[in-house]
Amino acid sequence: MIAIIDSGGANIASVQFALERLGAESVLTKDVKIIQSADKVLLPGVGAAPIAMQNLAEYELIDCIRSLTQPVMGICLGMQLLFAVSPEGNTPLLGIFDADCETFTPAQGRSVPHMGWNRLSKQQDHPLLAGVDEGAHVYFVHSYFAPVTAQTIAATNYGDDFTAIVAENNFMGCQFHPEKSGLVGAQILRNFLEMPS
Amino acid sequence: MLTKRIIACLDVKDGRVVKGVQFRNHVDMGDILELSQRYADEGVDELVFYDITASSDGRVVDKSWVNQIARRINIPFCVAGGIRTIADAKAILNDGADKISVNSPALERPEFISELAATFGTQCVVAGIDSRREGDKLQVYQYTGDETKTIKSKRDTVSWAREVTRLGAGEIVLNCMNNDGVRQGYDIDQLAAVRAAVTVPVIASGGAGDYVHFADLFRQSDIDGALAASVFHSGKIPIPTLKAYLKSESIEVRV
Repeated sequence: MIAIIDSGGANIASVQFALERLGAESVLTKDVKIIQSADKVLLPGVGAAPIAMQNLAEYELIDCIRSLTQPVMGICLGMQLLFAVSPEGNTPLLGIFDADCETFTPAQGRSVPHMGWNRLSKQQDHPLLAGVDEGAHVYFVHSYFAPVTAQTIAATNYGDDFTAIVAENNFMGCQFHPEKSGLVGAQILRNFLEMPS
Repeated sequence: MLTKRIIACLDVKDGRVVKGVQFRNHVDMGDILELSQRYADEGVDELVFYDITASSDGRVVDKSWVNQIARRINIPFCVAGGIRTIADAKAILNDGADKISVNSPALERPEFISELAATFGTQCVVAGIDSRREGDKLQVYQYTGDETKTIKSKRDTVSWAREVTRLGAGEIVLNCMNNDGVRQGYDIDQLAAVRAAVTVPVIASGGAGDYVHFADLFRQSDIDGALAASVFHSGKIPIPTLKAYLKSESIEVRV
């Protein structure tokens, strides 16, 4: 069973539907026990970091998520929540990856949010990237980003280079929406589902 | 590099996809689910569903198809049409839509955009603007889904674009009404004026008739994406052919 953490944001159904298309059963939950006993855990997130962290605190999920040992993948804001601090309200995050998130500054030819299809540039081999071509396009929607770090396995450029996929041990994250990224996104989700729990 | 988005717009009326010329004479173009799946398979970057009757009839879009589309297709989509309350928006986003677009209700009550942005984040909130050139002026129109109810708002297009982004819209779809359905190309000057006034993505709508119109738009402006309907629905411009053409013209697209 895959647990999808219900951090209170909208549009969580899309992640569940994407798993359904891949034949995986999932449950949308904020129950600590269900999350701890799941084979895999997804942390989606749309909206604002301060509200998401406030919700996780209220549901007593902060220590729960930090201590998970099965594969965990954050998506979009959910990926950023795995980092240290968000510039949105200077919010402390889960701190699994120790870099701080940053803000895109609008410029000519660079609208913010970064919204649309952009390329993945592989930084390291990783099982999540199996069957994904160099330069494959995935769908992004975000105004904040995590910098490229030693844990970045795929980067993307939008004026700045930033982390598109981060992974270390059992914690992973995608800045883009794999559930909305066509066949490439489906492949990345399939790779996640096939990881040993 | 971020690609230029090619967006198919499906005007929805009574659960079917329709298209009219300059918002009139709606003709049935087909089943929503079938058309959506076809576009996703062909490589369209995004879909927009406009319930063109909703705002002017004072009712909300029938949501059953939103959920069906979200279950079936794996690309982003936006839903528009008579979204007047946070609850309306929440239901559509919870059903799997990525974005909601507001137009007439935002003109009635601009702070609605702020409320949506505060609740769901700016990235979920698109401001649709229907704009008509009148002499030297760019004028925002309201209730354009129904010809008999369409009125000219008090708003100037460029200042309204600034206002909606200040309130929290994360994207603007600018529909140039003079060009809509007549297939003579996008109103690049008007689009560039709005593009220069805001920092959020701006999507062009109204006027696509031929391949070169897309290339001209992306070469002559910093517009983020191009939306079209009838040329895609009729098969006049197949998405894969358009993408291949734009790529050959050195315009960054997802192929």
